[in-house]
Amino acid sequence: MNALRVSGRFGAGMMGLLLASVLFGEVQAADGSASLLATMWKWAPLIGQGFLLNILISVVAMTLGTIAGLGLGLGQMSPIWPLRHAAQIVTQFFRNAPWLVLLFYCILLLPYEMRLGGLVVAMPAWIKATVGLALPVMGNVSEIVRGGVQALPPAQWDSAEALAFNRRQTLWMVILPQAIKPMLPPWMNLYAVLIMATPLVSVVGVEEAMTLTRFALSAENRSELLLPMYLALLIAFFAYCYPIARWTARLERRFAVKL
Amino acid sequence: MLDTIAERPAPAAVASARPAAAPAVMLANVRKSFGSTRVLNGVTLSVKRGDVTCVIGPSGSGKSTLLRCINALTPVDSGTVVVEGIAVHDPALDKLALRRRVGMVFQQYNLFPHKTALENVMMAPIHVLQEDREEVEARAVALLTKIRLLDKAHCYPGALSGGQQQRVAIARSLAMRPTIMLFDEVTAALDPVMVKEVLSTIRDLAEEGITCILVTHEMGFAREVADQVCFTDHGIVVEEGPPEMIFTQPEDPRTRDFLGHVTF
Repeated sequence: MNALRVSGRFGAGMMGLLLASVLFGEVQAADGSASLLATMWKWAPLIGQGFLLNILISVVAMTLGTIAGLGLGLGQMSPIWPLRHAAQIVTQFFRNAPWLVLLFYCILLLPYEMRLGGLVVAMPAWIKATVGLALPVMGNVSEIVRGGVQALPPAQWDSAEALAFNRRQTLWMVILPQAIKPMLPPWMNLYAVLIMATPLVSVVGVEEAMTLTRFALSAENRSELLLPMYLALLIAFFAYCYPIARWTARLERRFAVKL
Repeated sequence: MLDTIAERPAPAAVASARPAAAPAVMLANVRKSFGSTRVLNGVTLSVKRGDVTCVIGPSGSGKSTLLRCINALTPVDSGTVVVEGIAVHDPALDKLALRRRVGMVFQQYNLFPHKTALENVMMAPIHVLQEDREEVEARAVALLTKIRLLDKAHCYPGALSGGQQQRVAIARSLAMRPTIMLFDEVTAALDPVMVKEVLSTIRDLAEEGITCILVTHEMGFAREVADQVCFTDHGIVVEEGPPEMIFTQPEDPRTRDFLGHVTF
């Protein structure tokens, strides 16, 4: 609760800082040049579109990573040991790899287009980058799934088994429905980390908010724009992530009482 | 009460398959270790169809493990376990077929907390036996009525008392129409009033002729309801017999010593 109030104040502080930096830049600006606010306003639609791409990348990467991570996490608990060990190794590998390196690998190793039967699917850079971000998400979701399932009392397995449920029925009808609640807060946390990592894809040339901000700055070529433009970008990310963080904290509190 | 048991015909399928004299459950020289700890050290036990058997003994004597070996929740290391003609010790055992005939109730109830009482009772028959939902619901309602909890049918386990949860757990097992019921210290976590309501539910089952095996510390119940009492210590069955014999003239000094510490 306290942390939330602090971050709320932090958000207000950033807004204040933005205004201050705009005013300061306004004073410094050479006579005859357009006002900073007007310039920023001009670029806002383009950078806003870039930010939508950040959100799109994060949502797609999270979806892919969650589906793959769920499979991998269940694989980590498989009674078949080769499968279990393979899943554990893959999980640990992607969980402990730097995201940027994985991103470069995907950009460089994935083809420009893929042939599925007779269908040719183009693979633009942003798709490849999304796959690159989905990999570490997969590793982390795998561990969240394993932790969530193993945190349940083993007696739940016993009673399902005693009722002649097979392993798959036990998992999908008894274990996973109960494990989802404790899995939700760390999963949402992971999403917040992911959206904040999406500007990484700018280094491989995807035209998201970060790339476009840099583009705007070099087009305007005014040093006093540097501070307010990047601050505006920071605030955009903050405004998107902060409600998620609040919601996560609220879920955490709610589930903490129940379990 | 004895009359009802005698008059009640044995379930048709079972009776035609085997002579009525064959034991419902038979354990011979069963051994089980967890790591270096020997829990069962050659257990031999035979339970007649329709009988109530109470397993008593000090904590850590292997009572719960013995019970879990009967429905293959715990695989045995060696020895023979035969339940309703099914060889449980066989590595090729069809566990699910066995567990459809053997119900089990646990000390901590273990109801599914994300399902209502009624759903808890209905789940296994619908998904495991793939029976018709309406038929199962009618049976579940009848079971909840029998344990006097129909008014709680749509409550989640968290809203029920321990004794109520335990009775729902019994109904959940019965919904599978087992021929044998295993009870693992089902009253150990309950207060005396709840103990009474759960034991009276079990007594009703016994009167219906379901083979019941209870691990219990309720000596009064064992003396009153059991057909057979068996005393275990250090992983073996030390002594078994009708309750009047075990409780009044135990032969083994270990049984005498244990019963000397028990209050009725």
